[in-house]
Amino acid sequence: MKLYCLSGHPTLPCNVLKFKSTTVMLDCGLDMTSTLNFLPLPLVQSPRLSNLPGWSLKDGNAFLDKELKECSGHVFVDSVPEFCLPETELIDLSTVDVILISNYHCMMALPYITEHTGFTGTVYATEPTVQIGRLLMEELVNFIERVPKAQSASLWKNKDIQRLLPSPLKDAVEVSTWRRCYTMQEVNSALSKIQLVGYSQKIELFGAVQVTPLSSGYALGSSNWIIQSHYEKVSYVSGSSLLTTHPQPMDQASLKNSDVLILTGLTQIPTANPDSMVGEFCSNLALTVRNGGNVLVPCYPSGVIYDLLECLYQYIDSAGLSSIPFYFISPVANSSLEFSQIFAEWLCHNKQTKVYLPEPPFPHAELIQTNKLKHYPSIHGDFSNDFRQPCVVFTGHPSLRFGDVVHFMELWGKSSLNTVIFTEPDFTYLEALAPYQPLAMKCIYCPIDTRLNFIQVSKLLKEVQPLHVVCPEQYTQPPPAQSRRMDLMIDCQPPAMSYRRAEVLALPFKRRYEKIEIMPELADSLVPMEIKPGVSLATVSAVLHTKDNKHVLQPPPRPAQPTGGKKRKRASDDIPDCKVLKPLLSGSIPVDQFVQTLEKHGFSDIKVEDTAKGHIVLLQEAETLIQIEEDSTHIICDNDEMLRVRLRDLVLKFLQKF
Amino acid sequence: MDPECSRLLPALCAVLADPRQPVADDTCLEKLLDWFTTVTEAGSSLLLLQENPCLVELLFHVLKSQDLSSRILSFSLRLAGIFAAQEDCFQYLQQGELLPMLFGEAGPLGGAAWTAPAVRSGWIQGLRTLAQHPSALRLLAACGAVDTIFSLQGDSSLFVASAAGQLLVHILDLAMRGPAEGRCSPQACDWPACAQKIVCHIEDSLCSIATPQVTQALNVLTTVFGHCHGLWTQGLWVRLSPLVARLLEKDPVPASHSLVDLLLSVARSSVPSSDRGLWETLAQTLSHLSPTQAGPLALGILKLQDCPQALRTQAFGVLLQPLACVLEAAAQAPGPPGLLGGAAGDPMTVDTLLCSKSACVGLLCCALAHLGLLQPLPQRPSPWPQAPLLGAAVTVLRLCSGSAAPTSDVGGRLCAILVGCGRVQRAALDFLGALSQGAGPQESVTQVFSVLLEYLMSPESSSMVLKKAFQATLRWLLSSPKTPGCCDLDPRTQLFLRELLPVLQKRLCSPCWEVRDSGLEFLTQMTRHWGGQAGFRQALLASEVPELTKQLLQDPESYVRASAVTATGQLSSWGLLAAPASPERPGAQQKSLLVELLHVLCADSEGFPRRAVMQVFTEWLRDGHADVAEDPERFVARVLQAASRDPDWEVRAQGLELALVFLGQLLGPRGSHCPCAVALPETAPPGALAQALPEAAPPGTLAQALPEAAPPGTLAQALQVLCRVQLFEFAFRALFDCDRPVAQKSCDLLLFLRAKAALCGSPQEAGDSPNVASVEATLQRWQAGEQGQPLGYLEPGAVMAVLRSIDLEGLRDTLAESSDHVEKSPQSLLQDMLAAVGVLGENEADCY
Repeated sequence: MKLYCLSGHPTLPCNVLKFKSTTVMLDCGLDMTSTLNFLPLPLVQSPRLSNLPGWSLKDGNAFLDKELKECSGHVFVDSVPEFCLPETELIDLSTVDVILISNYHCMMALPYITEHTGFTGTVYATEPTVQIGRLLMEELVNFIERVPKAQSASLWKNKDIQRLLPSPLKDAVEVSTWRRCYTMQEVNSALSKIQLVGYSQKIELFGAVQVTPLSSGYALGSSNWIIQSHYEKVSYVSGSSLLTTHPQPMDQASLKNSDVLILTGLTQIPTANPDSMVGEFCSNLALTVRNGGNVLVPCYPSGVIYDLLECLYQYIDSAGLSSIPFYFISPVANSSLEFSQIFAEWLCHNKQTKVYLPEPPFPHAELIQTNKLKHYPSIHGDFSNDFRQPCVVFTGHPSLRFGDVVHFMELWGKSSLNTVIFTEPDFTYLEALAPYQPLAMKCIYCPIDTRLNFIQVSKLLKEVQPLHVVCPEQYTQPPPAQSRRMDLMIDCQPPAMSYRRAEVLALPFKRRYEKIEIMPELADSLVPMEIKPGVSLATVSAVLHTKDNKHVLQPPPRPAQPTGGKKRKRASDDIPDCKVLKPLLSGSIPVDQFVQTLEKHGFSDIKVEDTAKGHIVLLQEAETLIQIEEDSTHIICDNDEMLRVRLRDLVLKFLQKF
Repeated sequence: MDPECSRLLPALCAVLADPRQPVADDTCLEKLLDWFTTVTEAGSSLLLLQENPCLVELLFHVLKSQDLSSRILSFSLRLAGIFAAQEDCFQYLQQGELLPMLFGEAGPLGGAAWTAPAVRSGWIQGLRTLAQHPSALRLLAACGAVDTIFSLQGDSSLFVASAAGQLLVHILDLAMRGPAEGRCSPQACDWPACAQKIVCHIEDSLCSIATPQVTQALNVLTTVFGHCHGLWTQGLWVRLSPLVARLLEKDPVPASHSLVDLLLSVARSSVPSSDRGLWETLAQTLSHLSPTQAGPLALGILKLQDCPQALRTQAFGVLLQPLACVLEAAAQAPGPPGLLGGAAGDPMTVDTLLCSKSACVGLLCCALAHLGLLQPLPQRPSPWPQAPLLGAAVTVLRLCSGSAAPTSDVGGRLCAILVGCGRVQRAALDFLGALSQGAGPQESVTQVFSVLLEYLMSPESSSMVLKKAFQATLRWLLSSPKTPGCCDLDPRTQLFLRELLPVLQKRLCSPCWEVRDSGLEFLTQMTRHWGGQAGFRQALLASEVPELTKQLLQDPESYVRASAVTATGQLSSWGLLAAPASPERPGAQQKSLLVELLHVLCADSEGFPRRAVMQVFTEWLRDGHADVAEDPERFVARVLQAASRDPDWEVRAQGLELALVFLGQLLGPRGSHCPCAVALPETAPPGALAQALPEAAPPGTLAQALPEAAPPGTLAQALQVLCRVQLFEFAFRALFDCDRPVAQKSCDLLLFLRAKAALCGSPQEAGDSPNVASVEATLQRWQAGEQGQPLGYLEPGAVMAVLRSIDLEGLRDTLAESSDHVEKSPQSLLQDMLAAVGVLGENEADCY
């Protein structure tokens, strides 16, 4: 059993598991932090961004000044943003049989895999994962395609040149594999390969293994997966949450008794409690708005935003913010808000029951009805007519490199009355803000990451008790910034195995059993014999037939009737040479009784010696040894076959035959 | 005894003795016992029994009856105890052999009733009451009661077990008080047999291998040394201390809590003066007990007035040990000697700290709480290690917040255990607050402020932790030293304030109401102390805090609104609320706070904000707030009008408080001698001030013109003012208020007014004018509960006439009695009990 690790990002995993002749890809996350090296794509012409000076080498050589621009001491690539793909060289991805997706954030690299690697398998995911994943991809494609950029920079990627660049460009890894965003056509084609599944549904893969999605409590339709055969069980835990937010709660019980548990997608901010962060978010939002400032919340169009809107729904009246407009701007804003209301079966119990009242499960429906929350596909069109300040704007993309958020950063960045509040934990906020410096607006970092923290993981592992834990290397040591915090790492026994990008792990686990079926007629012919109460044995002679990973014992073909000398010879070629089977023996020899029997049969001068494994019965007169051990008996006598046979028969009297 | 009660008693005894008429209410029996206790304390029990033979009959009947309820049986045992407490009555009861029958083997002790805990408890209490004289001791010996008490020490009912222990102590004390009194005899042979028996039992228990028995013995001894002061206790200690010391040899030490209690009880008694070995035992105990168990003992030792210095040092070391370990574990590099003068942390304490989260948290919280309690005491250890303690508190807080970066392995593990632990955070913040009473080196104080700011800023601080952080911050801010030669805040505090106010601002917007509330309380306190400091004023006015505070008057949570009322009231008193209109919103008219608060008083649906408004208004009136001083008469009139309609009695009571302040300003404070004589010489023209204060004059000047007292000529003027603000209507209404505290307060106010008037010479009365008659008629209707009709405008003369005609003193006395004084009379009790079982022909029972 092997694990090929194609991504180094612990929360955007992409691993391939080879298990019992199947090749299963677990998630295909797309690392978008590479886009932080690029200049933002402004929706409206930005004189500031277009007039940034080009960057030149220390010696004054300015051959890169078209590709690289300098802003407040940082250097950015002036090109269409590119993404860091999962490793494609480590394993031939065309051999991947299936891809299991655990949540909509972990499928963003799907088009790269399904459309460009010769992949011919099936992708499994739940319905909300596919629908919301589609929205995220659609938004991403839209954000990038609507700001066409003529230039595509590639000179800087040359290894010799990259060495000369300042950090962080100098340290960027695998830049040659960075790719531009996929197209909508590729998205559609990739999504068409997905087969929808429901929680606890059992899916057979080639008869060899069975895969099952389980609720993971993190997002709408998010799942963990069980990959199991008859005797082995591998659990794949991706983004999971034990907090009570909108999705169905996590199914922990089904993870029990795993041989291997692959653990990814823990919280990225283990020191921040989501509840405190929501409090911080609300306080800062109210403070800004009360002082007449605007609040910008860079976010994804689905996920935490539902919970934030719910908190604000409860908070705005009490904080006296009822008259403040909330805007949600995304090409998929409308679909996201509406989709969230129709996936009732995937929601937590509380929200499910609302559907029967009938009421919309999320209160943002009421915010929309009362005109407190308005949503628009982009800043163009209706929004510009309705726009009123001070206000709160939720919009993407959290990297601040593309999407409508770029416009608001340019618009509001100059006033200290305004605030940008970062709630998505995927991007370092200081790096996200770098191309907007110098910035007067206030920046608040309240990352809300509801995924498991290390205390919860420790409890989970104690509860489900896997034999082995496999996790990204980042989880086996404290975060670099808090190197003394021994509580911020996985602590389990035996210690977790760690992996890093482009590594192949042989999982410490041997398969020992295989299930074999027995045909009824063969079973009929067996004559079991009880050798001790509750245990019966029978000898079986059969042909083992293996097809599609199923093993069946069939009756052996009948030996052909002997018809003639020649044919008979041929027949013996075909049929395995079945010797007359000797009976199998079982039982143990009580030494005292055995000695008595020997004496009864005329042997005298018998001596018994105890050995480490059993006994030696010495027939001194006959110069013969009988060595009795737990699983063997030897009669050693010099060329006296008669004596040996006599002694053998005496030994056999004490044993059962079948 | 009241003859009426005597008449009712036989019927009552018959009821009690009748198992078919169960007494439904246990409290009646308790009240009955209380009453009998009062009666026997006042007179002879013997006489009582002779005059009321039904009582003895009842006791006899109880003995014979098989099916009486356990509560009647218990009651009878206790009743017999009350009577037998007097020796002559004891003898009287003994003549009939009643007492041995009640308390001996033949009584309930041997019967089925004994299974009821109430009966066992009654038996103990009965004996406890009667054991007042030597005859009682003989009874106890005769009926073998002491052995029964021994066994009851381990009773399944905790109440019975505890009472049994106390009874043993009482018997021992009684036995030793008799013949041995005045003599200190450690020789057992000199002691009475009864005492010897008890002491032997205690000795046996102390040697027992069963911890519960050891605990019982230790508890009995703790009570002995806590309550008995005879010299014999010293002898007792000499005899028992070797056995107690032997307990320390066991591992683990059994019943360590009780042992600590005992040793402290002995140390507080007169024993130490005679037995210096006690200090030795205490020192041994300190070193034998686990760090968690030793903490309370160490604190107790340090609280002792007189104790050897070496022991104090050892005890202080025990208290400091956990913090010393924390300091050592978290130290970046070997620094100056820590809490224990450079000695290494005790490995046992380190083990306790690291063995589990609950043990670590428990030990640290106890250590912090104990040291916090010790800090303000005059007998606290000296020198007090203020700087290392500050360092330890800061380190604990940093470990809890995860901001500490310990390099040692122990430090790392402590950090993992403590991070995010709210209990330790709260304890450490309390302790840090307590330490503000002492100074500290500049560097430590800077660290304190920085950790406090870290906690106030951290989104991870829970609401309770934040509250404690606010409290500790306030204590440190208020204790920060003033710059010599300058009355303003020192530059460091000002710098801190500049960082603090944005945090406070954010906290006032928290979605959690508890946080908003504690933020407001903090602001109020800070303003109360520093409202006059230029540095504070500047920083506050430059922030959004005053504006936000005002906005919180509309908070959805009533507690927050109440705190906002208090905070704005305080800000406004110091002129810190009238911030200039912000440049972003020019022209935004600031509504007067007075109007806003009046609106809260009239319209808020919850009591807390309205009570807060009344308190603010009272304070404003007392301090001469500018908005009030503008027109105090109008102010008082409006407030009283609103308060009189309020459904909350505390608001109405506070209205009377405000009225009293107003009266004080008009007529001079309460309790002063006739102020007229002091304020104005008799030669002064009586109308002088009246002329100076013509009715048209701005009433705003009134408070200033009449700061202390009104001259005689002005009483009429003052009464005029009081009539105009309708203070009398308010006070008279309050006089008949259905809530007693309001009525009492009003009564006091009117008595004060009447006394003032009498001293200063009242204005001309209109004794029999129609006005007075109508007022009196209205008041009568009010008293009857019809408060709909207003009084209308009152003339001062009529008011004085009415005041004189009402029996205010009588009313005050009535009000001073508790509301159930009628129902509490013994006669009423007896009637009730009889009525409850239908013995009385007509039901005259009080219904309450």
